[in-house]
Amino acid sequence: MSNTATVDNGVNSDALLGARDALRQAPEAAQFTWKATSEWIRGTHSRQTIESFRGLGQEHAHKKAFVLEGDHPEPFASEDHAPTPVETVLAALAGCLTAGVAAVAQNRGIQLKSVKAIVEGDHDILGILGGDPEVRNGFNEVRVTFDIDADATPEEIAALVAQSQKRSAVFDALTNPTNVTVSVA
Amino acid sequence: MRTEVVVIGAGHSGLSMSQRLAERGIDHVVLERGEPGNSWRTERWESLRLLTPNWQTGLPGHDYAGDDPDGFMGSREVAAHLARYAEVIAAPVRAGVTVTSVAPSDDGYRVTTDHGVWEAPAVVLANGGSGIPNVPALAEGVPDGVLSLSAKDYRSPEQLPDGGVLVVGASASGVQLADELARNGREVTISTGEHVRMPRSYRGRDIFWWMDAAGVLDERWHEIDDIVRARHVPSPQLVGDPERGVGIGALRERGIHIVGRLGRVHDGVAQFSGGLANTVRLADLKLDRLLERFDAWAAETDAEVGEVERFAPTEVDASPRLELDLVRERVGTVLWATGYRPDYSWLEVPVLDYKGRLWHEGGVIPDAPGLYVLGTSLLRRRRSTYISGAAHDTAELADHLVGFLGGRESRPVEIAS
Repeated sequence: MSNTATVDNGVNSDALLGARDALRQAPEAAQFTWKATSEWIRGTHSRQTIESFRGLGQEHAHKKAFVLEGDHPEPFASEDHAPTPVETVLAALAGCLTAGVAAVAQNRGIQLKSVKAIVEGDHDILGILGGDPEVRNGFNEVRVTFDIDADATPEEIAALVAQSQKRSAVFDALTNPTNVTVSVA
Repeated sequence: MRTEVVVIGAGHSGLSMSQRLAERGIDHVVLERGEPGNSWRTERWESLRLLTPNWQTGLPGHDYAGDDPDGFMGSREVAAHLARYAEVIAAPVRAGVTVTSVAPSDDGYRVTTDHGVWEAPAVVLANGGSGIPNVPALAEGVPDGVLSLSAKDYRSPEQLPDGGVLVVGASASGVQLADELARNGREVTISTGEHVRMPRSYRGRDIFWWMDAAGVLDERWHEIDDIVRARHVPSPQLVGDPERGVGIGALRERGIHIVGRLGRVHDGVAQFSGGLANTVRLADLKLDRLLERFDAWAAETDAEVGEVERFAPTEVDASPRLELDLVRERVGTVLWATGYRPDYSWLEVPVLDYKGRLWHEGGVIPDAPGLYVLGTSLLRRRRSTYISGAAHDTAELADHLVGFLGGRESRPVEIAS
């Protein structure tokens, strides 16, 4: 594409498209396993460390170990040392969709100036408290509102956001069922 | 038995190829498990009509000559159209012959059937793109007592047990069947992933008139960004009936429940994606891009068409259902309209990839000289998906085939794109 050369969103589109074509020929290399380790600290406070993942047939180390923490806020009679894990899920959704917006914009030759998003999750906590058997534990609804400034028409921006959802791992993980097994080592 | 070319399948593709080979003086045979047009005769639901108007059903040397060029043939009429064509061109069809294997031999290929063995330097796989329904593995979760049926085995509403119907998939098949079943008084839910919204007519012309006139159908396979993906895009939400809208909006107005992509069936409960709003948004945006392209073409060519139209965004429920309890909510049938794939179970030539897909370059199979495929989605151009694609595709591939047969000692042969 001729117009992509002048656009720089900091995304290497050619590498991504090259990877797509290469992995179609070697689908086993496309099998990744992401990993976080976790340790309880005290109360509802815990610490998660993310430092390596597996893919392309080998183990990869992040540049450094990244640390996240989880806790519950004061209305939950906790000490609020860190976001609640449900908030971290919302943050992950925003991170994934925003990365998608940047990648799609680069591929379509659209220069981004700013990409902001607000993510909200509605949650009836009677579910997790066991207060109402008909209320689920998870979100009842999640809303993402993007505010994007770019050299593009409103339709092009709408298409960017739609396409980023279509190719988002976290959007998929939140909107579709996934088998989850939890075991004791 | 020896011949130059064995064509497998006497549908629109195989018969057109037969005509092209006859024109070029190439000795060949067309092997057909039933009668010409077999799958149209025996593997379609009763109300099915073509998506393309009659004037787009011409075959090489056999244009549509009926009195209803803007009408849409039913599947029996398509079968009759093909049977007539086989007679007109005096195609060397061996009817009632089922191929059981195609394997490499010393001098090309050995085609084994239930009625003898043919040896030929070239074989054309024209057995169709709809051999096997793509029913996903999650269908195994459908509980006992609920009928699990593919669109290929569906015939009419009366065939289904009492109760509601969950239609999985919103391609042309899925939306047509959901519509038919709702009109039959059934409680219908349709689960939709990515789909293609398309109005039957636009600015006073049939949508396939536009696709033809504006050059969409003539886009070549190698000019299309990501052909692998393009070949898996579902068929458009159309029906061969100008009076009957079958888009998501029309289905919803008819009382059909619209839900997201089916994720799994667990403990008798079907669970759907919460991404429905974006799914319909994508289809709306894609339709607008298509219409903009038509408008630009019409302005450029000063085409005789009506006023520019735009269609309202598709509405779905603010909080679409995420679950359907098949047993408690009395769903009698899950109908899988989840697409098809060609049947190559008898192909003993190592040309299938890890997903059982045949890699070809516009119908030429690079890893197996002399082996060709026809009649699959987007084979050489968008038109290849439809009957009208056969004329161009077979002319070009027959030329390639002649080059291959003539130059078997002095290959390679380059294909004209």
